[in-house]
Amino acid sequence: MTHEIRAEEDLLSARHAVREATLHAGFGLVDQTRIVTAASELARNAYVHGGGGTLVIESVRRSGRQGLRLSVSDDGPGIADLDAAFTDGYTTGAGLGHGLGGARRLMDEFDVTSAPGRGTTVTAVRWNGPR
Amino acid sequence: MTGGPRGGVPILRLGDVLVTGLLNELDDKSVIAFTEELTERIVDDRAHGVLIDISRLELIDSFVARTLMELTTTARLLGARVVVAGMRPAVAITLVELGLQLSGVETTLNAEQGMRALGWEKAPAPPTGRGIS
Repeated sequence: MTHEIRAEEDLLSARHAVREATLHAGFGLVDQTRIVTAASELARNAYVHGGGGTLVIESVRRSGRQGLRLSVSDDGPGIADLDAAFTDGYTTGAGLGHGLGGARRLMDEFDVTSAPGRGTTVTAVRWNGPR
Repeated sequence: MTGGPRGGVPILRLGDVLVTGLLNELDDKSVIAFTEELTERIVDDRAHGVLIDISRLELIDSFVARTLMELTTTARLLGARVVVAGMRPAVAITLVELGLQLSGVETTLNAEQGMRALGWEKAPAPPTGRGIS
């Protein structure tokens, strides 16, 4: 499922879609909250810093475990210093600067591809069950 | 919505306390409109306390957390104390993992405890003659 993030109301509908997907994948309430919160951070990053983008929600399965993968891409300016972007307190816009690092802590797998002028893609997976 | 609250959320006044809440379906613009309206109401109603019930909020991301922290600071500068009540356990766990502690924001388990913190006692008064120290 692909969701466009072009306007502020798209952040709300992206959250709804992710919540639905977590329910469908059988996640418990705390995991649901973690995943939707991470999605909210990533979608807002794409909207605020990337000028909009897309969110793809996929159900994934590995060794019998069910998971949910979020991929958020934008065509924005990209992130020049990824290490700094993960540091709590680092921000280039409105926010606490907890977005990226915080979202990473809420998910099991987290991967960022970015280069100046080439946009940013964040892929994050949360697996159902004990970590 | 004409004439209604700008942020879409009612703000009630009980004595010198404003009582309000945050809902799930607020977008960023509504959250900002809500805090602006609440700040104006603190001044207009000469409120000394603000209770924000968040028991219906299923998610607090860094934007909402920052907004609550700024609102608390602004209210304090205006002489009012903000109490955020009723955070869901899953939201609390997620906030900690996110690295946000809502520093400076006073919280209570539920709205009743929040009102008590702001000086409202449940009627009838406790039967014992002892005051609360």
